[in-house]
Amino acid sequence: MPRALFEKTGSAVYISHLDLMRLFQRAFKRAGLPLTHTQGFNPRPSVSIALPLSLGVESGCELLDFDLETDGFSFDEIRDRLNAALVAGVRVLSVYDGGRKIKELAYLDCVVTMEYDAGVPHEAAEQMEALFSRENVVVEKKGKNGVTEQNVIPMIRSLTVAEGEGSLELSARVCCQNPTLNPMLLGAAVNKYLPELAPDFMKCRRVEIYDTKETIFR
Amino acid sequence: MTERKQRILPTVQKPARYTGGEWGEVKKQKEDVRVRVAFCFPDTYEIGMSNLGMRILYGVMNNMEGVWCERVFAPWGDMEQAMRENALPLWALESQEPVKDFDMIAFTIGYEMAYSNILNMLSLAGVPLHAADRKGLKNMVFAGGVCAFNPEPLADFVDFFSLGEGEDITVEIVSLYDRAKAEGWSKEAFLREAAKIPGVYVPSFYRHEYNEDGTLAAIVPLDGAPEKVTKRIVEDLDSAYFPTNMIVPSTEIVHDRANLEVFRGCIRGCRFCQAGFSCRPVRKKSPEVLCRQAVETMTASGNNEITISSLSTSDYRGLPELMDKLLPYCKENKINLSVPSLRADNFSRELMEKLQTGGRKSSLTFAPEAGTQRLRDVINKNLTEAEILTTCANAFSGGWNSVKLYFMLGLPTETDEDVLGIAELVYKVIQTWKEQAVNKKRGLRVHVATAYFVPKPHTPFQWERQITLQEYLRRCHLLKSHFYSKSIEYDYHAPDLSRLEAVFARGDRRLGPVIEQAVKNGARLDGWDEYFDYGKWQDAFRTCGVDEDFYTVRGYGEDEVLPWDTIDVGVSKKFLRLERKRAYEGKVTPDCRHGCAGCGAERLLEEVSCDA
Repeated sequence: MPRALFEKTGSAVYISHLDLMRLFQRAFKRAGLPLTHTQGFNPRPSVSIALPLSLGVESGCELLDFDLETDGFSFDEIRDRLNAALVAGVRVLSVYDGGRKIKELAYLDCVVTMEYDAGVPHEAAEQMEALFSRENVVVEKKGKNGVTEQNVIPMIRSLTVAEGEGSLELSARVCCQNPTLNPMLLGAAVNKYLPELAPDFMKCRRVEIYDTKETIFR
Repeated sequence: MTERKQRILPTVQKPARYTGGEWGEVKKQKEDVRVRVAFCFPDTYEIGMSNLGMRILYGVMNNMEGVWCERVFAPWGDMEQAMRENALPLWALESQEPVKDFDMIAFTIGYEMAYSNILNMLSLAGVPLHAADRKGLKNMVFAGGVCAFNPEPLADFVDFFSLGEGEDITVEIVSLYDRAKAEGWSKEAFLREAAKIPGVYVPSFYRHEYNEDGTLAAIVPLDGAPEKVTKRIVEDLDSAYFPTNMIVPSTEIVHDRANLEVFRGCIRGCRFCQAGFSCRPVRKKSPEVLCRQAVETMTASGNNEITISSLSTSDYRGLPELMDKLLPYCKENKINLSVPSLRADNFSRELMEKLQTGGRKSSLTFAPEAGTQRLRDVINKNLTEAEILTTCANAFSGGWNSVKLYFMLGLPTETDEDVLGIAELVYKVIQTWKEQAVNKKRGLRVHVATAYFVPKPHTPFQWERQITLQEYLRRCHLLKSHFYSKSIEYDYHAPDLSRLEAVFARGDRRLGPVIEQAVKNGARLDGWDEYFDYGKWQDAFRTCGVDEDFYTVRGYGEDEVLPWDTIDVGVSKKFLRLERKRAYEGKVTPDCRHGCAGCGAERLLEEVSCDA
């Protein structure tokens, strides 16, 4: 089954996971690329996206698995046709075969940008790095079964905080499967434990994905 | 630093409604255009994006050189609050720029309960609500849609109305504005010229005078304004613009599919139905053109669902031919084809079978509207009990096990016997299921819904009184007490909303201050249960000293001057009076194919004749 590596940026970050699946199904049709359909009572076009992205989060490393009814198109042609049929903000970077099994996916790199309108507070970066070197940092996580508490520390592989102009950039490598850490919870931890460092606005970008050995996953 | 709007978006529900950027949206350089139109739909994105009329006119205006039309929708409550807290004025989706920077602000209004949204959107845009307070050409507010057939409640706020089908008149209006802007006309001069375009109604050019009892005494056209304004129609639908390059929303909307309109107008003449009279005369599209447009639309949009639309699709003569062409195409391309608004005839039954290959069985829906044949004759609803039961029998033996039945309560001449007739009909449907069902294990579901009859302008029932709210509820409870079966699920429409709808449907200019006051009280998104609050409206009526009963339970005299007398939709008042008389005599009027009943709408046609 071929795989597409794509990015999701700009206003497209507000397209939800389910809506994005539908968007791709239609983009394949517009591109003249016939998808195979699942067998069963309600046949569905076979597309699936690994690791659902939270609403509002950017990404440069999304994976889409799909299956075409014909193998008459080269991978570059599929990429170009799709890009001509996609909305701004969703762009296929490459299409390839022989992608690894999604269950081997283990870590991802993310950047949480925290904006401070009145300037970055003194020694904020150091305080944050100190926070995440504790043994327990527990935040509330909303899930299917209501709100649960989660200690984020065991799921952080590495974390650094750098100061930019009027903002801090928290870069981290975190678990993304079994268990999963939503990078926005790192921001939530800052708000909870260091309320004086709570930013005026926070955004997040998924940068790269890795396997258990921390080599880039494709 | 991230700008304010971008900071708000992650905090609201379904932010994709506010960002634009969908497949098929039209973007132009604002330096390259002379006229910018903010096309506002007075409800949420999900409702507005499902509207075919808006899609058509969006394309019509954007096809004009030098014109850029963008979309604007009413924000949901959380977004509205965030906008107000951050002093962020309402914006258009394509450019993301404030509506107050636009030349023209257009509204399409299909439902009276959207009136509060119109004022709320103008307020969110930071545009003066009153037409009289907008002095220049900038922010010219105009409106169309079925509610424009009685536009008086909005007369204070809207500069002019565009009546009827918009494909041609919109081009004429926007072209005139283009010229007015280039030549630096005053607003007055523009409106004076616009009023000369057939179908344009400028409310400020008419004075409404009242009698002591509150009824209208006269409508006086000022300075040579036309006494009647006649709605516009498109004569040849085959050559009319149709948006095959539709916008494909990136988020789910109510009707997320392509829409193929097969004809306009209606041959049936159900006496309560505004569309049935005000959309006449009948004009069809040819199956060839429809098929071509269907294929183009599906190819360009990538949609996997298409629906056939009209007021009564079984009355479309080209239906067999169209289906012969479309069914194989849809099957081959895995497209769902849905054909609603079918009557209970043999062809439709066969078609339903063909459409149901694979997948779930949808439910059957009937709208008998009244429970007894006597009352169905009064309202001229040509659907017999035998037709309903035969269709049900066929469906049940074919495996269907769900039926929806829609009725109205409070129809003219209705008695308790008619109300209980609904229960009897429902039991006959259940009996039919017991006799015919192939699989009784899954049980039967009969969904019964009753609406509160709202008399509408330009129908034979335009003079009728609406029953009181208490009487409506009494009839609902009476009916409910006669439903014993567990298979029946009974819903009745909220009476408050239908009462307000009745007020505004036949309202006059004295309702302008009421709408304004209600919006001040916080009324908005009235079509949504989450937001509708009758108290805010009742308070507004009290504050303004306006009596709702005057517009509802009073009824209008046949010789009374009606607020919408200036508007001519084609069907003559004489015909409506005659139809009303026949209703009271219990006489049906056969559909237009059995002979022209002489409604008068044919005089709108110059090149072709009515296709009834």
